[in-house]
Parts: sequence; structure tokens; C-alpha cells
Amino acid sequence: MDPRFKIAHREALIGVGLAIVHFIWWFGFAYGLGSAPVEEYKYILGFPEWFFYSCIVGFLLVSLTVIILAKFVLKDVSFEEEGDQL
Amino acid sequence: MNIQVIIPMILFLGIIFFIGYWSSKKIGESTGGFLQEYFLGGRELGGFVLAMTMVATYGSASSFLGGPGTAYTMGFGWVLLSMTQVVTGYFVLLILGKKFAILARRYNAITLIDFLKVRYNNSTAVVLLAAASMIIFLFSAMTAQWVGGGRLIESLTGIKYTTALFIFAVSVLVYVVIGGFRAVAVTDAVQGGVMVIGTLILLIAVIIAGGGVPNIMQDLLNENPNLVTPYGNDGNLSMAYVSSFWILVGVGVVGLPQMAVRAMSYKNSKSMHRALVIGTIVTGFIMLNMHLIGVFARTIMPGIEVPDTVIPLVALKILPAWLAGIVLAAPLAAIMSTVDSLLILVSSSIVKDVYINYLNPSASEKTVKRISFGVTTILGSIVFLLALNPPDLLIFLNLFAFGGLEAAFIWPVVLGLYWSYGNKYGAIASMISGIVSYIAIHFYNQVNGNLFGVHTVVVPVILSLVAYIIFSLLIKRTKYVY
Repeated sequence: MDPRFKIAHREALIGVGLAIVHFIWWFGFAYGLGSAPVEEYKYILGFPEWFFYSCIVGFLLVSLTVIILAKFVLKDVSFEEEGDQL
Repeated sequence: MNIQVIIPMILFLGIIFFIGYWSSKKIGESTGGFLQEYFLGGRELGGFVLAMTMVATYGSASSFLGGPGTAYTMGFGWVLLSMTQVVTGYFVLLILGKKFAILARRYNAITLIDFLKVRYNNSTAVVLLAAASMIIFLFSAMTAQWVGGGRLIESLTGIKYTTALFIFAVSVLVYVVIGGFRAVAVTDAVQGGVMVIGTLILLIAVIIAGGGVPNIMQDLLNENPNLVTPYGNDGNLSMAYVSSFWILVGVGVVGLPQMAVRAMSYKNSKSMHRALVIGTIVTGFIMLNMHLIGVFARTIMPGIEVPDTVIPLVALKILPAWLAGIVLAAPLAAIMSTVDSLLILVSSSIVKDVYINYLNPSASEKTVKRISFGVTTILGSIVFLLALNPPDLLIFLNLFAFGGLEAAFIWPVVLGLYWSYGNKYGAIASMISGIVSYIAIHFYNQVNGNLFGVHTVVVPVILSLVAYIIFSLLIKRTKYVY
């Protein structure tokens, strides 16, 4: 197999993994904290706690993860065909 | 209508035209062949433009006017739902990713269907089925967006719908026809920038007008405590329903042809890495701002009857006129950037997938050029005429455009890339079962409420997966060598 495909397959799996973790974070905080009665809600910077963690912190963490992935994990490969390997 | 609101918009259109002109020069200079240049921008997109064109293509009228309007009505539950879109920022590029980019170049693919054609052994059925569903659904989606564009100009400037639509149509057609995909992508970058700045200004203004976030939250609690829960204003947003948007507007977006074609247009893996980062941040930023504006606007302007008008009304109320003009260029930019991408995509499908594949494979470069400009112009004109008085059939088809295309394309593309046993029988079964079950479940849901409490898209995506696997394994099972 083209060695570049190994890299591609690994990175696609990283994408699936990140989406799963992202979903769990988003879902867990939204419905974990958000299911409490409204009177018991706590607020951070004015936002309901469930929303703050699920959507604002969640978004920041995903952005940070993507930056780390792009800088340190994803590999540079050439997209052009090399010689007669076909 | 205030002239100060209109001036920033005219400036904005001026910039867009300039980019169209600049891109048409590039087409003249290109060395890689007219088709690759006109329909893929010569595969030269850098990270920033790639990210912005993905965000802008995807963020349409619905996210800019409909989304905040719904958030206005439903509260934080809808903001939670809208944030499922952040995943598109990294998911499309990581999943299609490098393998798609490599194979698209190896196959010399200009369109998504070129890729499918080579992957599924030149199957005519795959090509025609894919081309037909793409042309029909995206054509309907495009018409609906043009109507939105015309209505928006009408509501902002007060000129008549027909005139407004004409202005909108001519603006889009000029730069798309002369500049091709490069013009679409670069104008998308400008339009994406307008959206980022516009939503940020408006969000800050809304927070100030509302007396700060804690204050706004108190007002919402006083009015209806459900507005700050994840469950919607009268508890109508269930956990399962909101979560199912992870498929419709999140991971399922991989299957949309207008996104997939972008994943074959970038220059190198560095642009892809940059686009991942920029795309994720920009999508999240715009979605969060836009929908928060919708919710917060409730405390400033209660009782707006037509939710789609929340953004324009609030902007005109709390901002100085010239600033409102800049902010309101954002929804216009969102519509234009979606429409231009669909136009060039449908045109590429007709020219490359149908005309060159089947009608005239030996067409000269000159003929192809003439046909490309011609088809794009004619398509645009037909859409304009239809948008003047949209036929019911189009409105009907538009309902299925995004979800239906996702259900049709997601597995033939994704499994076509990664599963060597996938074959043309699986792909055909997957496309047919995806579209047919989508339409069937749509009607079922209309009558009986949502099946399993989730959005229409979920079941068809699962059915088309099952169909793909079963048919690939049962009929002429072969291992494909990439």
C-alpha cells in the first residue's frame, strides 16, 4: 500500500475519535448540568453553567486540540504522484 | 431607506466584482488546463481561503437569518443545537483528508463524480445517478437561496422584490461566470470575513444594549425560565432530537458534494492543516455569535412576529446606520457565498460529468471553455426566472436537498475511500435507498411526528450504510486496489 495512505488512515481515525470525544463533552455538560431544575442553575460570566461548559469551554478546547493536532500530530505528505509507483 | 445603510453594501459588491475580474485574468494565465482552473481554481487554494470557503459555503441563509430567528423563539436550546456545527470545521477535512486529495489527483478528478466514476470502475449508473441527484437537489436549493437573497435586499433597501432579485442575480452571475471556482473561493473568503466582523460587532452591541450578560439572563428568566434550559421555550427540544443534528449539520456534511469538492481543491497538506484550525475556530465563532444575538435580542426587542427578521431589525435599531450596513452585509454575504458555490458545482456537473463524459469526450479546449461559460450563464438565468415565482415542485425538492444528498453520498464517498470491498452495486443501492427513504421518512414524520424522536436524516443515513455494505458483499464481491 502507498505509505501515504497509512498516514491518511491514521488521521481519519483521529478525526472520528475527536468527534466522539467532542460529542461526549457537548452532550455530557449540556444535559448533565442542564437537566437540573432551573432554580438551581449556577451562572458563569452570566451564562448558565451547562451552556458555559458545553458550548463555550467545549468550543475553546476543541479549537486548542485542533491547533495541537495541526502543529504536532498531522504529517506533511506530497499529493503528487512519485515516479512510476502506479 | 437610509442611504448610509446602502453605501457599505455597494462597497462590498464592488470588492466582489473586483475579485471576479482578477480571477478571470488568472484563468487566462493558467497552464494546468481550463477545466481544472475554472472548476477547481487550479488546485491552488491556501489554508485561509480553503477554510473560509468551506465555512461560507456551508453557512447559508438558514444559519444567518433562520437560525438566529429560531434561537430568538426557543432560547439557549437552539444555541446548543447550532454548536453541533463546530464539528464540520475539522471533520470534513480530516475524514476526506489526504487520501481524497491524493486519489483525486491520481484520478485527475475535477468533480466529486469524476472521483466516484474511477473508484466504481466507470459505472455509468453511478455517474448518472449521482449527477442527476446532485443537479436536481442542488438546483432546487440554489433557487431557494436566490429567493432568500432577493427578499433580503428587498427588506433592507425597500426596492421591489423583482428588482432586488435582479440585482442579486446579476451580481452573483458576473463574478461566477467570468471568474470560476477561484472567484467563488476568494469571494467566499471576503464574505466569511464580513460574517466574522459583522456578527462580532452586533453581538457586542446587543450585549451593551441589554445591559450585560447577567442582566439579559435575568430578563430571560423573568420572561420564561425555559429559555435558559437546553430543552426549548416550551420543552419541545428533546435530547434525542438535538443530538441528531450531529448527523445533519455535523458529521453528515462530509457527504455534501459542495464540501467534498473543496477537499480536492487545496494546494498541499500545509494548507489543509491550516484550514482545519481556521475552519474550526471561524465556524464556532460565527455560530456562537449569531445564535447568541438571536437569544439576547429577545430582551431588547420582544414580540418580533417574523423570526427571520430579528437580525435586520435589531441591527437597524441599536447600531448607527453605517455600521448596520456593514453588519447587514453579513447575511447577504452568507447567501451569496452559498449560491455561488452551488452554481459553479451544478455547472461543473453538467459540463464535466454529463457533456464531456458522454456527449462529446473529444471536445476541444476552446469548445469546453465556451460551453462552461455558456452553461453557467444559462443556469443562472434559469434560476433567476424560477426565483421570480418559484414553482411548488422546487420548494418541495429543496426540502430534501441537504439531508437527502447527505444520505445519498456519504457512504459512496467515505467507504469508497476507505473500504476496499465497496463496489458499484453497493454505491448504487446506497444512493437509491438514501434518497428514497429520506423522502418516505419525511412524509412519515410530517404525519406522525419524528420517528424515534430524531431528525429525518438519521434513519436514511443508517439504511444507506446497510445497503452499501450488503450489496457490496453480495454482488460480485471484489477487493479494490487503490
